[in-house]
Amino acid sequence: MKKTKTMNRRTLLASPYIVWVIGFTVIPLGVIFKYALTGQEGGFSLENIGAIFDPIHFKAMLFSLEIALGCTLLCILLSYPLVMALKALNMGRQSFVMFIWILPMWMNFILRLLAWQMILSNNGILNFLLTKLGLEALPLANTGAAVMIGVVYDYLPYMVLPIFNAVAEIDEDIIEAAKDLGANGFTVFRRIIFPLSIPGLLSGIVMVFVPSMTSFVISDILGGGKLQLIGNVIEQEFTKSSNWNLGSGLSVSLMIFVLLSMAFTTKNDVEGKGSAIW
Amino acid sequence: MVEKLKIFLSRFYIAFIILFLYAPILVLVMLSFNNSRSRVTWGGFTLDWYRKLFSNGQIMEALATTLVLAFASALFATVIGVLGALGIHAMRRKNYQMMMVFTNIPLLNADIVTGIALMLWFVHFIPLGFGSVLLAHMTFNIPYVILSVMPRIRQMNLSVYEAARDLGANAVYAFFKVMLPQLASGIISGFFMAFTMSMDDFVITYFTKGPGVNTLSTMIYGEIRKGIKPEMYALSTIIFVVALLVLLAGNYRPGKKQKNQELLEKEMRR
Repeated sequence: MKKTKTMNRRTLLASPYIVWVIGFTVIPLGVIFKYALTGQEGGFSLENIGAIFDPIHFKAMLFSLEIALGCTLLCILLSYPLVMALKALNMGRQSFVMFIWILPMWMNFILRLLAWQMILSNNGILNFLLTKLGLEALPLANTGAAVMIGVVYDYLPYMVLPIFNAVAEIDEDIIEAAKDLGANGFTVFRRIIFPLSIPGLLSGIVMVFVPSMTSFVISDILGGGKLQLIGNVIEQEFTKSSNWNLGSGLSVSLMIFVLLSMAFTTKNDVEGKGSAIW
Repeated sequence: MVEKLKIFLSRFYIAFIILFLYAPILVLVMLSFNNSRSRVTWGGFTLDWYRKLFSNGQIMEALATTLVLAFASALFATVIGVLGALGIHAMRRKNYQMMMVFTNIPLLNADIVTGIALMLWFVHFIPLGFGSVLLAHMTFNIPYVILSVMPRIRQMNLSVYEAARDLGANAVYAFFKVMLPQLASGIISGFFMAFTMSMDDFVITYFTKGPGVNTLSTMIYGEIRKGIKPEMYALSTIIFVVALLVLLAGNYRPGKKQKNQELLEKEMRR
């Protein structure tokens, strides 16, 4: 009896947070919906939400989707060999691995992107090395490929680490048992390591897909301002065109799209979502 | 033979990925020693940018703003987040789940949407400036604190707190003496993570800041077209080296190893 009483009173501790959630999560979302649903002349309208299907915006949306899917796929393809390589060298649990990934984040990410711009530019470091080696220079500057390298560079850690953590937790005995029973390396990967890494893979997908789809800085710097992601279009509605209603409408469409695609990857239990992110 | 090839390929692949990760950092460190304002020519070695850095008022001001913002938002977020997590944990299942959904919203939403939504709301009642950026940073920091403290609360032994109360401790005293020590590691990693997220943020700051307020990120973004001041490379190199030393010290202190690894793992899984 006493316990439930303290439990009930303890919920009061959450009051500042509840106020915060209402004031800075719920109301702002309400406000952005209000702007999104207000037409050019005031009054209710769906035109801003529907604006996502305008050819220009839709093209940006498709390009964003292309970048996000490509980036997610490339990150997965780069991550598994890396995790397996670390395992082969018995670095499965070392903090050194975390260390390698966390350190670059302390260098400002816009500066790192500018460094990539220099590496990839037409008379940049990469092409200098390629021509020195007698190979043909790659015209990567301001192309979709450069944007793709940028997003993969930026979000690869978010794919590697959850997979790495999931694989590190696999009981070594299971793998030994499979080997004793005659499984070769590939079978071990296919039947044991991959299936057990799926929770990590799913949280990796969530953490890579959304930001790579909505980023606008990466395309700004590596796309040379010519390649527009949906993030660039929204940003410009606010900073250049000052059409806040249209910008809000596109944001809401984007949010709905992202939530729908998340529904495919994460299961419907809240607890799982939180721990997956974690 | 096959084993040797496997080891070789593994080493080669890891080296390739490390090169991919650190190539741009190498470029930036070199630029900080480059005796030329141009980004494309090497004008010889110099320490000038490091000397000039400390007399560059603008950069020093942005650095101070960034650090104060990170510290203040992490501190406030930790207080609200820890109390929030304790309260939510005591809620009935339905309310508990609802609160966790709200906690996940800022994490799952695109930064650009969060930033715009906050900006549209802020303009109704406060001038955009340091205050609005602080509120925005607290908003995205609180969920990190809650998610890092919540597992500790679940593991916490509540009967110790009950016992302290039965033995005559008042609620506040029992909270500080009994509950808080059990949660300390979660609170510290939550604070550390909030600090890092705040330092790292560009998009949300960009939309919620007013004119005249700059963090390092927004200042760098503003300089892209005109060209980055080389002092900025020097500052980034210093921050990088400090982080390197802090992480090294944290990683190789005996006994602390396990805890730090956990901290880093959480940090990375954010």
